[in-house]
Amino acid sequence: MDPRTTPTLTGWGRLPAPGVERLSEDLERITRGAVLTRGLGRSYGDSSLPAKGDDLVVGSRMADRILGFDPATGVLRAEAGFSLFELNRLFMPHGWFSPVTPGTKFVTLGGMVASDVHGKNHHVEGCFGAHVRSLRMRLADDSIVECGPEQETELFHATLGGMGLTGHILEVEFVLARIPTRWIHMESERVGSIDEFLAALGRAAPAFPMTMGWIDCLHRGRAMGRGILMAGRWAEASEAGERGPRDPRPLVMPVDLPNLAINDLTVAAFNTLFYWKHLRRRATTLIAPDPFFYPLDAILQWNRVYGPRGFTQYQCVIPRAAGAPAVREFMDLLTKLGGASPLCVIKDCGPEGKGLLSFPLEGTSIAVDMAVSAEIQRIVDRLNEFVIAAGGRIYLTKDRFTRPEHFRAMEPRLERFLAAREKYDPHRRLRSGQSVRLLGDVV
Amino acid sequence: MKAVIIGGTTGMGRAIARQLAERGDAVFLLGREEDDLRRSAEDLTARHPKRAPAGHALCDLERPEGFAAALDAADAALGDFDAVIVTAGLFATQDALEADVELARRLVTVNYANTVVFCEHARKRLLARGGGRLAVFSSVAGDRGRKPVAIYGSSKAGLSVYLEALDHKFHAQGLSVLCVKPGFVKTGMTAGLKPPPFAGEPEQVARDVVRAMDRRRPMLYTPGMWALVMLVIRWLPRFVMRKINF
Repeated sequence: MDPRTTPTLTGWGRLPAPGVERLSEDLERITRGAVLTRGLGRSYGDSSLPAKGDDLVVGSRMADRILGFDPATGVLRAEAGFSLFELNRLFMPHGWFSPVTPGTKFVTLGGMVASDVHGKNHHVEGCFGAHVRSLRMRLADDSIVECGPEQETELFHATLGGMGLTGHILEVEFVLARIPTRWIHMESERVGSIDEFLAALGRAAPAFPMTMGWIDCLHRGRAMGRGILMAGRWAEASEAGERGPRDPRPLVMPVDLPNLAINDLTVAAFNTLFYWKHLRRRATTLIAPDPFFYPLDAILQWNRVYGPRGFTQYQCVIPRAAGAPAVREFMDLLTKLGGASPLCVIKDCGPEGKGLLSFPLEGTSIAVDMAVSAEIQRIVDRLNEFVIAAGGRIYLTKDRFTRPEHFRAMEPRLERFLAAREKYDPHRRLRSGQSVRLLGDVV
Repeated sequence: MKAVIIGGTTGMGRAIARQLAERGDAVFLLGREEDDLRRSAEDLTARHPKRAPAGHALCDLERPEGFAAALDAADAALGDFDAVIVTAGLFATQDALEADVELARRLVTVNYANTVVFCEHARKRLLARGGGRLAVFSSVAGDRGRKPVAIYGSSKAGLSVYLEALDHKFHAQGLSVLCVKPGFVKTGMTAGLKPPPFAGEPEQVARDVVRAMDRRRPMLYTPGMWALVMLVIRWLPRFVMRKINF
């Protein structure tokens, strides 16, 4: 095959794998015999990509119908390809919002379940899976089953955060949250160092249902881990008035920037500007949900700024038990290794959920984008070794470079997941590039 | 509008049905599978909870004997519809059609003969109540005899001519006929084909179609760039058309 003409698929990090999507409105039909289903391809690495040798994955995005909504209870059932973008567009004006939202709205319900996404409110609401009432799935033997917190629970819990490896998610039923207005009351604070940051996050968590912080992850020394903490809650009608925010008008990144556009100098310049743009130490603002939850969705295809070399995100969680010193040491290691980008995010996570491979656990999550370079494998290895020693773990949805032995070492729950997989897919027919890499699946 | 849509459960028809439902128009779906229709009707109902639920009835373009009953059901549910939209049709690649003449016969019958019969039923009802809107999906493939769409394109060429004549004949009586000519649009129908430049999205086509219906336009190329592309293609000399594979 000629690599120039072979069609490829990529995740959000843009590293390609040979393959094509099979698309149809009839998800039930096209998942028959298929090895993997993907949604909008927003996972960064290879979790939505076919393994080498499999060239076809099902795309769910045309299966996007709402199958029922009960305004009395907020229960919504929809096909797996229904997107959060559509959910927000249709339901926010009526006072409903997803109980949990990740940092982009360009994801499908199926993807939200398979990644068991978390959001700024994790310390209060847990992962998306905690709000799911039922899933309709096609299993590896082509049978179709319904599972949920009280039905086929082993399958259900293995599917939350199971990266699509337990079956094809066809329909999702979950409970929307009521919101008083379409505005967020946000309090932001300029924070001088990582220790201050952890203290500030700790102070904000009981007071605000939504918290997160942006970190300047080039700065070393005393101001290492400086950044901006953002805490928010939905504004009440008395604070926000009747008018909703304007519809966002996203810009489009029209071209790939050159590989070197994101380098230490441009990142340092951006970080300094972004940090000092927040001139007052503390500020209170009324902000629309889009810039609050999805600041990067304002530029469609923003992943092109990293250039054709592509990028990855390293996201890990350091357990509370390891303490603040572990987070400081992690930041020290991260800034020393370099390769960081402007995008570095810190967040307090609440207790671990029911998903057998769900990412969050009680502690501090740090996520940082990194351009792919010759150094990337070494950087990810070093960070992983640290995370293993601290008792933490990584987020599979972002991962492309973790080694299988590292993954095993950080996942005590893996045995239970594999047992569920053994039960529902003994021949391991369902697989992805990631499952071949991390779990040793064979095509 | 009180609109009947045949083909409104998938692709561009789905996108049109949604846009009409979301802005408050009443929509009634016709299609081949009960379960598929029920799910799409549920989807439309959820998009405008204050309206009465969207209705549906079985109707298959391969079975003209069912057309009248299906339109009766729509009339009963909507209380005399004033718009009819046809997005249903068959598609197959030229290779597939050449390999299977029975498939070719079916496709030409559905896309031309049966669609004309369906439109005759619909336009008689609309004219009887003083006019209305009829929007039918033809294709840019009907604009010129081209190698990759010889059979499919011929079925759409016939349809385009019929729709143009309908507009000429009944415009003065209040019937607006819209012939929609989509270029390549990324839908389930074209999934697996390599999208050419200027490929469109169903939502964009739906916006164009709804606007053209509102403005009672007789013809629409969508995405708009295809008007220019087809203008060039229509004027290409025969010796060029013999050479190229477009």
